[in-house]
Amino acid sequence: MIADFGFGVLVITFLAALYSIGAALYGHFMKRQKWVESARLAMLLTFPLLTLASLTLIYLLVTGDFNIKFVYEVTSRDMPTYLKVTALWGGQSGSLLFWSWLMAAFATAVTLRKWERDREFLPWVIVVASLTIAFFLGLNIFFENPFARLWQTFNDIEAYTFRPANAVPFTAQDGRGLNPLLRHPGMIIHPPMLYLGFVSYVIPFAFAIAALITGRTDDRWIRLTRRWSLVAWLFLSLGLVLGGRWAYDVLGWGGYWGWDPVEIAAFMPWLTGTAFLHSVMIQEKRGMLKHWNMILVILTYALVLFGTFLTRSGVLSSVHAFAQSEIGPSFFIFIGATFVASIALLIYRWDSLKAEGQMHSMFSREALFLLNNLLFMGILVICFWGVISPLITELLTGQKVTVGPPYYERAAGPLFALLVFLMGIAPLSAWGHTAVKNITTQSGMELEKRYILAIARLMWKPAIPAVLVLVGLLAAGITNIYALIGLTFVALTASITFYEFWRAARARSRAQGENLFLALWRLAGRNRRRYGGYTIHLGVILMAIGIIGIEMFQTETQKSLAVGESIQLAGYTVRYDSLAQFPASDGRLVTRASVSIFKDGKFITELHPRYDVYSDGQPMTIPGVRSTLADDLYVLLVNWEGVTSQIAPFKVYHNPLVNWLWLGSFVFIFGTLIAAWPEPEREVVPAQTRKTKAVYQPGD
Amino acid sequence: MKKNTIVLIFSLLVTLAQVGSVAAQDTNPPTDDEVNAIAKELFCPVCENTPLDVCPTEACKQWRDLIRLKLAEGWTESQIKQYFVDQYGARVLSEPPRQGWYWLIYLIPVALLLAGVYILARAYQSMRATVTAERVSIEEAKQASTGPDNEYLRRVEEELKKRS
Repeated sequence: MIADFGFGVLVITFLAALYSIGAALYGHFMKRQKWVESARLAMLLTFPLLTLASLTLIYLLVTGDFNIKFVYEVTSRDMPTYLKVTALWGGQSGSLLFWSWLMAAFATAVTLRKWERDREFLPWVIVVASLTIAFFLGLNIFFENPFARLWQTFNDIEAYTFRPANAVPFTAQDGRGLNPLLRHPGMIIHPPMLYLGFVSYVIPFAFAIAALITGRTDDRWIRLTRRWSLVAWLFLSLGLVLGGRWAYDVLGWGGYWGWDPVEIAAFMPWLTGTAFLHSVMIQEKRGMLKHWNMILVILTYALVLFGTFLTRSGVLSSVHAFAQSEIGPSFFIFIGATFVASIALLIYRWDSLKAEGQMHSMFSREALFLLNNLLFMGILVICFWGVISPLITELLTGQKVTVGPPYYERAAGPLFALLVFLMGIAPLSAWGHTAVKNITTQSGMELEKRYILAIARLMWKPAIPAVLVLVGLLAAGITNIYALIGLTFVALTASITFYEFWRAARARSRAQGENLFLALWRLAGRNRRRYGGYTIHLGVILMAIGIIGIEMFQTETQKSLAVGESIQLAGYTVRYDSLAQFPASDGRLVTRASVSIFKDGKFITELHPRYDVYSDGQPMTIPGVRSTLADDLYVLLVNWEGVTSQIAPFKVYHNPLVNWLWLGSFVFIFGTLIAAWPEPEREVVPAQTRKTKAVYQPGD
Repeated sequence: MKKNTIVLIFSLLVTLAQVGSVAAQDTNPPTDDEVNAIAKELFCPVCENTPLDVCPTEACKQWRDLIRLKLAEGWTESQIKQYFVDQYGARVLSEPPRQGWYWLIYLIPVALLLAGVYILARAYQSMRATVTAERVSIEEAKQASTGPDNEYLRRVEEELKKRS
């Protein structure tokens, strides 16, 4: 009964979404604002309806109604309540419903208030958002109904929405329970963050499409969705970082990123989203790159769908392949159709998207931003091709191949290094621009020389610490050329970014008579986007230190130890003390080792690596980790090699600097919050006026 | 004669190396680290996208034992890898072999990246050309100007060009 109610709500929501598409189109073409308003209200209705549907499913999950197939598949009686709630996104049909719910929430947030200001965009924003909601709801209704019930037929138990002939309801005694890998506190926030990132990118896309259709191709759509893009980017970044941390804690690989196709699927929209965040600034300041920004936002939307498609369609096998079904073709058609339609629109409006400004130098800020975009696109190509090419070569050769970490690391590594370098020098080019006062009197080469000199003049002081770091690394005996290049770039970029903070704060401090910290605070408050951006750069630098540390200097060893025996790694000694086995309250059988950690002969701490075996026989390996800013000692009880009370195999990883990765992510989030923090609304300056001002002035 | 001597010396060296390695293995069985060093570069043939050194399945444990056995028999790393490829196909390698159609996997990203660099270079060039043309026309306007209003006209023209 409750399940039927839930399904009924889904169907009504689907119809409301379809109605809002139809009413918006009718209202627009017949020029009847009342119909557009009706479409808006219908779309607003999807959020409370989907809230009701989701709460109904959560109720069924928490109460353990094992007549519902989804509840049977993802929960069991012994699971704690918080995991029963989070099981909503622990399986295919529930996570599709969750996607629609979040999408409806964002669509509501956009159209609930302040929509009158840009009335012309409204019908098309409604069409795009409702179409996306309707598509996901359609998947739920026609392929993956989370409310489908189990029925006992003549010779089998099957799931159907409605009762088949001669069937009786079947209720299992207990559910299969959530995949053990997903029974982790990280599971509460990692998927929602990722999904929030995915759905919030639909909003800039919807406005871009509205701009293309209405022909209002100035930068109004970008200004309206600037904060949405930042918020989407923040959520996606958080989702990726949390996923990395979850993998580090749960997967027992000693690492945070395995270049798994599903990880890459979430990373690809982040790449285009990051490129977009940078290139929109050029459109806002200089009226350039209009075509490119449209392409980036269209690509991001397609990649968001593609990411969900990869995770949900079962087209690729990976550690995330717990969700496989037959929704692949629908996804494929929807992605293809929306992509082709968007590109067709872009081509239709191509001429009205001509650049207003011109590029004066290859070393101007806008030129360096273009280079930044090229690097992001390069990494995107590597990732996309790495995921897709095994499918293509399988078609050609009939043989499966694996495209694993070495491919990605070798190809994308140098591009990442260049991005870090560019992150350092690009902000300087904005200041370099001010050096070019009298543009009409110089030839091309003279101009380039002036740009380069302007950057070099600002760069030489912060370059000194970077050189010192390089000398220090060489003196410390580090000979890995990639690490040397990477860490020198990181030091240079960090030094330039701090220098930029200091220069600006000092200038304000002198002018206003404020102390340095107050000056910095007020400066950041007045120009949140720039200083938020610099803070994000600092976060990325810290993360880069962590990544270089673990990627270049990770060491590992494995050995079976009798009680009292030990192994050594990177100056640490790990001694096996004892083993205990006990049942946990939720039915797990826990096998836990106690090991003592010594550094240079001195006892430091005790760790408890363990493995849990769930009631359905699924194991999970939890490392014992000792973390400091210098390194992590990551000890695994290698259950897969066979553990007895006498002899236990241990695998020990030494992960230098890895905590800088997590630390950096906090700084990164802080920076994004600064950049996205609402500023008092200012009057919108017409593009033409800005453009004429911008030609001789530095980019912001 | 010279060639024969080289072949003889080479054969002797190979034999000595083999004897040495067998002797070493008699006393020192392969360590877990030696097994993992090879297993790390192979992917589980059953559970895709999982490196063999950290795969917890029973099948993978047997494959690691097989690597240990082969190492004890004196097989080299490349021989063991080839053995797995022969048995389970190229998918066990962490990267596709560089042969036949698989070259596409390596070459397409490079080609696309180069195409991107080319497009960017062209874009820079065309934007520079616009600026140069603009500059030349301003210079011409300057030279042609004599009256007191010409500076004003020059500015107007410059603004108009930027707006077009």
